[in-house]
Amino acid sequence: MTTLPARLGRPSPRRGAVRERRTWLSVPAGYLVILLVLAITLAPMLYMIVGGFSTTAQLNANPNALPHPWVWGNYAAIITSSIFWQAVYNSLLIAVVATGLAVALGSMAAFALSRYAFRGREAVYLLFVAGLLFPLNTAALPLFLLLQQVGLNDNRFGVALPEAAFSLPVTIVILRPFMRAIPGELEDAAIVDGATRLRFFLRILLPLSRPALITVGILAFVTSWNAYLLPLVVFSSQDHYTLPLAVASFQSTYTQDTARVYAFTAVSMIPALAIFIFAQRKLVGGLVGAIRG
Amino acid sequence: MARTQSARAAAAGRDIVSRPAAAGVPKSRAPRSRRRLRKAVELTVLIGPPVVLFVGFVIVPMIFAAWYSLYNWSGFGPLNDFIGGRNYTGVLSGPVFHQALEHNVIIAVLSVVIQLPISIGLALLLNRRVRGRTFLRLAVFAPFVLSEATTAVMWYELLQPGGPVDAVLKGVGLGGLVHYWLASTSLVLYTVFVVATWKYIGFGIVLLLAGLQGIPPELREAAAIDGATPWQATRAITLPLLAPTIRIWIFLSVIGSLQLFDLVWIMTLGGPANASTTMLTYQYINGVQRTQFGYGATVSVVLFAISLVFALAYQRYALRRDTAGALTRAVM
Repeated sequence: MTTLPARLGRPSPRRGAVRERRTWLSVPAGYLVILLVLAITLAPMLYMIVGGFSTTAQLNANPNALPHPWVWGNYAAIITSSIFWQAVYNSLLIAVVATGLAVALGSMAAFALSRYAFRGREAVYLLFVAGLLFPLNTAALPLFLLLQQVGLNDNRFGVALPEAAFSLPVTIVILRPFMRAIPGELEDAAIVDGATRLRFFLRILLPLSRPALITVGILAFVTSWNAYLLPLVVFSSQDHYTLPLAVASFQSTYTQDTARVYAFTAVSMIPALAIFIFAQRKLVGGLVGAIRG
Repeated sequence: MARTQSARAAAAGRDIVSRPAAAGVPKSRAPRSRRRLRKAVELTVLIGPPVVLFVGFVIVPMIFAAWYSLYNWSGFGPLNDFIGGRNYTGVLSGPVFHQALEHNVIIAVLSVVIQLPISIGLALLLNRRVRGRTFLRLAVFAPFVLSEATTAVMWYELLQPGGPVDAVLKGVGLGGLVHYWLASTSLVLYTVFVVATWKYIGFGIVLLLAGLQGIPPELREAAAIDGATPWQATRAITLPLLAPTIRIWIFLSVIGSLQLFDLVWIMTLGGPANASTTMLTYQYINGVQRTQFGYGATVSVVLFAISLVFALAYQRYALRRDTAGALTRAVM
């Protein structure tokens, strides 16, 4: 992409005249495909939400009928249960700590790696980037053994710290090019005005990097919020269960009560989907930036 | 966008030491050694904590795992039963591990052969001026943000015998297609793959859409003037220019397939009869549940080595052609 000559990016004056004929998409086939994809994507989630308003007896009689009558009991039971809120609290606590650490330390590293010249800089960067090869799941068991050694087993920080560490690579990979692209003149001006470089970092560079910081923050948060294997291995007491663990264990506890499982599953989707709808543009934009470098 | 960014990066990348701008400013009166010291202190403060966190929780556990893998060890008490490479021969010669590795590879291959063309097709479709495009993009990306656990529980329920999926199939006259989706040894792995596709395809589509937006529309317009059909233009212009994005997608997809765990564990526990076991479910059963942590650590080392070999080979043969992309540049 970067090698294309610049003039190709200029809109041609005849653009409207020569716009490519719309062929197969303007035919209903294209829309049919899209409708099918939409149905396959959204139907399962809608099904869980609506099914949660049924009773298990109704679902057993006819799995694909609308609830009749609609019952609130399943949702009410979950919204008022301590299992659910405890799990939300645990997930939130862990995700906030992991995200805060990943963003704070990641931006420090990205600053040093983008705006300082020092020997071994690329080696340090490479070390972090190599972390992209190894998702958290790969290291769950070794991490569990390490946490046991340092007494952080069955401890929420024992999950948050590794999650932060595993979020550092992607954070740095996204932030470094972003910080690099901020003009050097700004830094020179700040230094002329008597600021130290750390002050420049805190007062000027970080505020300017806000869009990228939001992206990496969301990525780290979602990664932590969704993590399953590490918490599964590390937590032995149910009080520490995060939402994914709680959903899975709720299902195995209430195997026979399908409607309740639907309701719990539906409720557990809400936080992730809410974050996503709130932040989708930033998240997608950041991923794009990361890929394009 | 990438162009202006790299131009600005070049402007910003000036070395602090060779910077002439600070002359005549009070700061420059400080002796050179003091400035050096100051820079060293700043760098330590900035880069020390992230390196410590990263080394402590990413590198050290892997080193420990390599050490534990040489012992017969229950995870508690001292490491005193040194058995050399016996864990490795156990893992590498075990038929169940072979099965698990085969399943990981099948999922990875299916991803590239099936998920990738579908993703490209849908990305091309969504890149056109379709009504409600923003909503469509939002919708296809939504499953990606759900947790694997929620996804797995949901599909486990939907795929129960006589459950919603079966009822839908019967409802549209395809009752003959009804199977024991999660209980049939010949089918379960493919069921898992379909669920994984449902969950992850949105990510691929969004990635490819981003790549498509980097391709100037004038190229296709010029081809259209020259008489190319849309299909010819797609094949000769769009797809080759999309290749760097596709290569990154393949990389991420294979690394993801190798560490598949959550979906499988919740839906099938790796069963029935190991028919859907993966390297990580194998590790969970044989390392964690049986408290043979030396053996489990061995699986980690093997998985680590497989990922590394794949990454290096892929780097060598596929990614080297790309000049853009942070991943690429850094690993080269």
